[in-house]
Order: sequence, then structure tokens, then C-alpha cells
Amino acid sequence: MTISVYDPRGYPPKVEGRSLAPRLESLDGKVVYLVIAPFDNTDVFMERLAAWFKENRPQVETRIVATEAFGQDSPAMRAEIEASGDAAVVGLGL
Amino acid sequence: MPRMRQAYLPGAISGRSATELTGYIEGTDAVSGRPFMDELLDALAGRLDEEDLRGSAYERPRQQLVEAADERAAHALFLENRWTDGLPIVLPTEERVREMLAGTSRRPDEVVGRLAPAKFRERWEFTVEKVAVNAVMAGAGPEHFPIVLALASSGVTARMSSLTSMAAIAIVNGPIRLEAGMNTGMGAMGPYSRANATIGRAYGLLSQNLQGGSVPGETYMGTLGNNYAYTAAFPENEEDSPWEPLHVQHGFRPDESAVSLFLGGWYTISGASPRRRHWEEILRGALRACDPAFAPLVVMDPTAANDFVEAGFPGKDDVRAWLARNGRMSAGEYWSNGVVRAILRPLALAGEEPHATRYRASGDEPVEIYDAGDINIAVIGGGTANASKLIAARYETTVPVDPWR
Repeated sequence: MTISVYDPRGYPPKVEGRSLAPRLESLDGKVVYLVIAPFDNTDVFMERLAAWFKENRPQVETRIVATEAFGQDSPAMRAEIEASGDAAVVGLGL
Repeated sequence: MPRMRQAYLPGAISGRSATELTGYIEGTDAVSGRPFMDELLDALAGRLDEEDLRGSAYERPRQQLVEAADERAAHALFLENRWTDGLPIVLPTEERVREMLAGTSRRPDEVVGRLAPAKFRERWEFTVEKVAVNAVMAGAGPEHFPIVLALASSGVTARMSSLTSMAAIAIVNGPIRLEAGMNTGMGAMGPYSRANATIGRAYGLLSQNLQGGSVPGETYMGTLGNNYAYTAAFPENEEDSPWEPLHVQHGFRPDESAVSLFLGGWYTISGASPRRRHWEEILRGALRACDPAFAPLVVMDPTAANDFVEAGFPGKDDVRAWLARNGRMSAGEYWSNGVVRAILRPLALAGEEPHATRYRASGDEPVEIYDAGDINIAVIGGGTANASKLIAARYETTVPVDPWR
């Protein structure tokens, strides 16, 4: 005999998808911010990533910045990137 | 964010040398198998397709009921969908859910809260009825339901997707403990009470189901897992404690019922009472072994609590202060902890105390690991031994139970 029971799951929010930001044609001559979300050792990783760009893509300027605290927004840093940067790599996520 | 561009390293970066990290950068992406830097450069300057540019908006409607051929098939359905904790559940039939709802005066369609498996994940919403469904599954009864609703309302998930394998631990205070039949005495932290066992289990099940899942590799990233996650709701033994209850320390009246929530549960270390020889050295060693990122929740038998009173600690705050003064390690070791570095170092660099003072300490210089206010104490157990334990547990919040009656 068929039985009915309750679905135990909650209600997901409506997905309001945004389009991705336009991509650059090329990174040459551009400023790429390397953003440290300060999880353990991310600073060392970003230094190595900057070194990779310097050696392999010297036309790209990298600037390393860090959020003020793990998991928190840093409005001043975002404003700087929007004003002075062409792209950003945020690392490292969980 | 299914369209967001991401690149994945082959492993954790914590503790890796600069040379190893260069190897990661020059290696392959852990998900795509392509060179990591190709993924990263494509993410920055690769072509976008129509779907990327359009964005997407959609809803995910939920059905109230699910159907199965019979009870065996229903149990299989819940297991396959990862709606359980792996143990058998009580099927949430309409009759059982209706009985559970009799345990509260709140309407079934009232929104209780929102939960997410991590801070950056979407938050799912749920109603009183949805909490009742999960409470039934856990084997709880209507008399336990107000506590379960309070836990659900807290905004703290018991299925946190942390790499560190966090669990949530709940301490229940006030008259509701005894009304719900919770065991505050002998074996209170063990499997000897339906109320203790099912309230904690309900909290876990509702967390995973109402937040959108807790699936390893998808919505759960704790590498080891945590056995506190099966069930961890313990009532304080207020009747035999010489001290004020935990919820009173967090702003509630003694006659109010409340539940305090902690995240952690990585370690459980034996403590000592002043009746034991070398108790100070034992406690210093225990504190030294705790994770410096999360202050301990100290649970102690009423006998141990009374030993502290006799030894000159008239209140919990006196014990907390002693523990804070005596929990020490070298500054170098303290600041080498990944979570301490991630969360507290930015505060130290911003000049916030006591972090700034600890940060100025040189490598071998001892620093106090914890602030007294971050250490919590709950008196639990049967009063038959001067036992105590230190449990990794960062205090999150204390929420009222009475509004959910």
C-alpha cells in the first residue's frame, strides 16, 4: 500500500542569477589584484602567484591586497580594486 | 553560483612551503584536470557564453509530501536522498507530525528561521511544520518540541560545513529541562535518556534538511567528521550545582528556559578538581592541549564544582578567571595556529586588545590563550565523582525556549 510522508527539506530561496562581469580581451597591460582572504598561508600562496605572473606574464601588473578579516567584506579594498584594477583573483576559498 | 569561475588547487595550502605552492600553481586543477594557470587565466580573460551573460533566475518549489510504495521503500527513499544521519528514523507521517505540532502553540506555517551550511551559502527558510517533521524523524516527542524549535530558531546550524569538522553542542537550562524529561544526572552526556538523545538528534537532522543538505563533498567539507554531530544536547544540573546556571550568565532569569549553543567539539580532555593532587598542573596541561582558536566549554560533575567552591572559587567567574590565567603557550606556537592567524591576526594588526599585546610577544614568550569571558562552564552529571571535561566549543548564542511553547 502506498504511503505518504512529509518531505523533510526546507524552502530554498529563489535564485536571482546575475550575469558575469564582462571579461577582458587580454590581460596584457592590465592590473590584476591578488586578494588575500586571510586563511592560513594564503599570503605565501599569493606571493608565489605574483611571482608566476612576473616570470611568465611580465606584461601583467599584480598587486597583492588583503581583506581586513577572514570572512568579512572590506569596502575600502573593493573600492580600490574597482578604481584601479582590471581584474581580481580572490583566494583562497573554502 | 554555478557560472562563477573558479580554479581549484590540488590540496590544502596550510603548512605548505613556497616551493610546494609554486608546484601547485604549476600543476593541474584538481577538478578539471587542466593546468591550474590555464583555468585561472581563462577565468579572468576567457570568453563568456550566452548563459554567462544572461544570468539565470528560477525557483525550486517543494512538495509537502513524498510518496513511497511502502514503509521499507520510504526508509530507502530517505536514506538515498541523504535526509537521515545514517541511523533508522521514524517516518514523518501526517498523524505523527500532527502529534508533534501539539507540543507548541505556534502555527504550523509560521516561519521559524533560516539556516545555511556555511556563511557564504544561500540560507534556506523553514516553518514550524518542517521542524516538526525532523523532530518526528529523530524520535522526539511533543514535550521536547519547544526546545527543538528554539534550536532551529537560533540561526546556528549543527551541520556546519567547516574543513575543521565542527559540531554544535547545546546546553539546556531552565524549567523546560525537567518538564521535557531530560536527564541532568548520572550519564547525562551518554545514551541514557530519550529526551537528551532525540533533542540533539533532531537538531542535527533539521539542520541538514532545512538548510539545503549536508552531503560530503557538496554541502559538507569536514575532512574527519565529528561524532558530537550525532547528538549533543545536554541539560545543566542546576539543582545540584553550587553556581548560577549558564543561561543566567548569558542574561536570562533562572525561571526562564533557554538553550546555549557552542560550535566545535574537536577535543574532549579530562580536567581535574581541587580534590585531586597536582590538579593545577593537570588543568594547565589540559588547557595547553586545547585548540587555541576556540576556548573550552568546561563540563563538570556537581562534586567537582563543589570541590572548587571549597577551594576558594565561590562562582563560575572565579574558575573562568583562573583558567584564563593558567592557559598559556608560547607566542610563536599560538600565532602558528591557522585559525588564530586567519581570524585573530587581522584584529591584532588593527590594534584590538588583547590580540595586539599577544601579537607583540616574542616567539618563546608565554601568552594567555583565552579570555575569561570566552570560557564557559556547565555543571552536569550524577554527583558521584569529581569528574570534569574540557570540550572545544566556541560560544555562539543563547536563545529562549519559552516563546516556542
